[in-house]
Amino acid sequence: MIKGLAITTVWVLDQDRAKEFYTQKLGLEVRTDMTMGDGGMRWLTVGAPDQPDVELTLMVPGPPAMDPESAEMMKKLVAKGALGAGVLATDDIHGDYKRLKDRGVEFLQEPQERPYGTEALFRDDSGNWFSFTQRREGGLDFEKEWS
Amino acid sequence: MRQLRLAKDLMDRDWADPALDLEAVADRAGYSRYHFLRAFKEAYGETPRQYLTHRRIERAEDLLRTADLSVTEICHLVGFSSVGTFSARFKARTGLTPSEYRAKHVGRGAALIPGCYAMLWAGGFRRSEQSNSGEAG
Repeated sequence: MIKGLAITTVWVLDQDRAKEFYTQKLGLEVRTDMTMGDGGMRWLTVGAPDQPDVELTLMVPGPPAMDPESAEMMKKLVAKGALGAGVLATDDIHGDYKRLKDRGVEFLQEPQERPYGTEALFRDDSGNWFSFTQRREGGLDFEKEWS
Repeated sequence: MRQLRLAKDLMDRDWADPALDLEAVADRAGYSRYHFLRAFKEAYGETPRQYLTHRRIERAEDLLRTADLSVTEICHLVGFSSVGTFSARFKARTGLTPSEYRAKHVGRGAALIPGCYAMLWAGGFRRSEQSNSGEAG
């Protein structure tokens, strides 16, 4: 029986900078930051204080998971802004939008009303885009235009 | 690359602004104009101007399909200042004039695609020539 999502990967260009961004700017907490073995892979995960059972692992593309050529392609995709990394939930989209913006987070779209809630879009410092959404109570609004 | 991305995001955000000046975009990206054009095209497959036109035309397609507005209104809404230029660019990209396009698609609403995907992917990156019906804005 699958119990849910525990960890998912966000590909970043630099773990130190990503750690700072995800904690200082987004307000997530560091769950684990350790290096496996001598000179091995750095396992860095962050999560939302209100959601202790879900983590993002912030990984730099490269060995052992990826050959150099793939890693290079992945870094390029991240940097050019092609990849979305997920939807982050909030219960105060307008307040959080202002707070994050004031901390220098790059927003692609200010909060807008959608059938599924109120949604803004931002990028992390590597180039991954996130939807930042306050879900609509009661589910989808089928009366609302999608554009 | 980050600077190029910022420049592209600026166009994605402010595509409707007729005053959006590509010189300023290049400046902001910290490139000389010539080098910016080349670097942008290498990353995104189109020059900045082509990219911006592309975004505007796609948005116009949405409006023609779904909005009760005149061609002239839509032309200005998506950031073109001249209807002649708009129609020519529109036809170059879709093969139809705005009016023909509207007649062909009349009564068909936008497909249900979340705004984030539509905004980012309705022309965010170059694709093979394919139908754009099925994308909201």
